[in-house]
Amino acid sequence: MSIPVLKFDAVIVGAGGAGLRSAIQLSEAGLKTAVLSKVFPTRSHTVAAQGGVAASLGNSEEDHWHWHMYDTVKGSDWLGDQDAIEFMVRKANECVVELEHYGMPFDRTDNGKIYQRPFGGHMSNFGEKPVRRSCAAADRTGHAMLHAMYQRNVKANTQFFVEWMALDLIRDEAGHVVGVTAMEMETGQVVIFHTRATIFATGGAGRIFYSSTNAFINTGDGLGMAARAGIPLEDMEFWQFHPTGVAGAGVLITEGVRGEGGILRNSSKERFMERYAPNAKDLASRDVVSRAMTTEINEGRGCGVNKDYVLLDITHLDPNTIMKRLPGIREIGLQFAGVDCIKEPLPVVPTCHYQMGGIPTHYSGRVVTPQNGDPNTIVPGFYAAGECACASVHGANRLGTNSLLDLLVFGKSAGDSAVEDLKAGKAHRELPKDAAEKSLARISAIDNRKGGANVHETRLAMQRTMQNHAGVFRFGDLLKSGVDKILEVEKAARQLEIKDKSMAWNTARTEALEMENLIEVAKATMLSAEARKESRGAHVRDDAPDTPEFPNGRNDKEWLKHTLFNPVDNTISYKPVNMQPLTVETIALKTRSY
Amino acid sequence: MERPDYERLRWRCIRRALLELDITLTRFLDDGFDKLNEAQQQAFVELADMEDYDLWDLLTGKEETDDPRLAPIVAMLRKS
Ligand SMILES: Cc1cc2nc3c(=O)[nH]c(=O)nc-3n(C[C@H](O)[C@H](O)[C@H](O)COP(=O)(O)OP(=O)(O)OC[C@H]3O[C@@H](n4cnc5c(N)ncnc54)[C@H](O)[C@@H]3O)c2cc1C
Repeated sequence: MSIPVLKFDAVIVGAGGAGLRSAIQLSEAGLKTAVLSKVFPTRSHTVAAQGGVAASLGNSEEDHWHWHMYDTVKGSDWLGDQDAIEFMVRKANECVVELEHYGMPFDRTDNGKIYQRPFGGHMSNFGEKPVRRSCAAADRTGHAMLHAMYQRNVKANTQFFVEWMALDLIRDEAGHVVGVTAMEMETGQVVIFHTRATIFATGGAGRIFYSSTNAFINTGDGLGMAARAGIPLEDMEFWQFHPTGVAGAGVLITEGVRGEGGILRNSSKERFMERYAPNAKDLASRDVVSRAMTTEINEGRGCGVNKDYVLLDITHLDPNTIMKRLPGIREIGLQFAGVDCIKEPLPVVPTCHYQMGGIPTHYSGRVVTPQNGDPNTIVPGFYAAGECACASVHGANRLGTNSLLDLLVFGKSAGDSAVEDLKAGKAHRELPKDAAEKSLARISAIDNRKGGANVHETRLAMQRTMQNHAGVFRFGDLLKSGVDKILEVEKAARQLEIKDKSMAWNTARTEALEMENLIEVAKATMLSAEARKESRGAHVRDDAPDTPEFPNGRNDKEWLKHTLFNPVDNTISYKPVNMQPLTVETIALKTRSY
Repeated sequence: MERPDYERLRWRCIRRALLELDITLTRFLDDGFDKLNEAQQQAFVELADMEDYDLWDLLTGKEETDDPRLAPIVAMLRKS
């Protein structure tokens, strides 16, 4: 069968914030640029971001990028690379102002400047007191951002391939990336995109967990494709959990609910946070609250038939306050928990929210991989940005509003690097003869298999395994058994079967292909988490507790290093954290406490 | 509804920008959609084509529609 080949200078997989931002750079530089997306661009998950984007504009009070840098390093629990972090925070103002010029309707102060509000973890003067650093467009920041950038791309003649799913990365014998294979959903046709630059901006993979705030689309396709092409995944043990997702559904309940007086209770109605954080109680930081909730559930004090959630109680609040100060919360309770929160408490669990790890990149957006003893060898022709990439600026824990910044800065930087590399004048490299073979073989195996595994059941088995064995609070023995279990699930995920064999619009096939990506991410997460024997940032182990020698369980002597999970043979190697910023002094190691 | 049309609709319901809509629309597609007549199904397609926040505002009652074809489907979705 001959497979159609489409030739572009650059293809960008993903039309969320990161993909659209890099596309602007390429198209405006006059390069022939294609953007592929599983959904219409403005239906990408960036739309869900409401909180804002961080930049030390100093519009509302004094601020400085160096303070922002300090907060980000500290937030990352010192696992973030300090060169990349300095790069990001110094580019923040420029990127936000550019967005303003693209037409983003930021909230404004009375004198017409971009209005800024405070957000957890962002401080002035090296951790002294909260600072107003977050720029927002009402509670639609991500949505407004995508619209502004989509319009800009339309003007710049970016070609969109909407409802197309990229399947596999194409690498030639020398390891250069020369394009991707992709499937047009409407026809089921597989096509080769032959390129000089390939940029991944495929977003997160939060759907590996049973309870996730992420939309269904976050199936980690970019990570799966990179893994299948032999590129290791970095720091996959680090996932940020949000304490209050609706049990069973995952839908996020904002911190504001506890801010307004919401109380967490266990099965005997006890306000258990009093035992864990006597001062801050229910308003303690996200990780403290999440861990307390998990301990209550693990020790049998959870609620419901399976004792697997706790309650968020606001029944003592004035209904008018709830309706006025917490708009939408009542509807979320009614729709996803069948509970009217004015009369009854809401069932909640710690819920997976953000992926810190990903495809390893340099801050220029170029993908790097270990080769001949150098852990940061550039993979020619390959770039990544946004949640699928690991630059690494978030290290072991991301600060709120830093991810929208990440996708602006690194989306742009990946685009700029591609432009620079292409202007250096390299022609299209030849496609390998078997360029589409891997993808076609995967599809035909799924189509033709009899007696294979059911996609829905396999996904559920993976999600439950991840939730129970590698959740927000981790235990050595559970991680060990989790490794065995996820490798079992992997076997099923390699044997998927679907009933519908149609070519056009076969959503069962698409979901099976997504499942093959999810399992790569789940496996990398479980094995990386099992291997890291300390606690750091979002990776907290019961057997690496807080001691005078290892405050918070963090062990810098042995574990101040990035994990690289090699998906081909399930082995793990490590590479050093870059502690050397670009121009300022290293932000020295310290215990992370707020 | 023809199979490709249904499957296209399905994709546009199970891959939304907002998790809230993923859950609500998938649930409706599995439980309520079959029982709709052709015109009602068409109205649902129109709703599913809306931007995520616009649709979510309708479903949570923050906004109302005065379109007589859409209103009954919105009411069903609110209860689903
Ligand atoms: C509920 C919620 C609220 C949040 N709020 C904030 C906030 O206030 N501030 C903040 O900084 N961060 C926030 N975040 C995090 C932030 O929104 C995300 O990290 C960020 O939007 C990710 O952007 P992205 O461009 O990397 O990916 P996405 O926006 O997820 O886009 C991914 C794109 O890749 C495409 N794609 C994926 N796989 C394929 C494939 N195989 N083929 C073709 N296309 C593909 C998709 O169609 C999509 O276009 C929030 C996250 C959630 C879940």
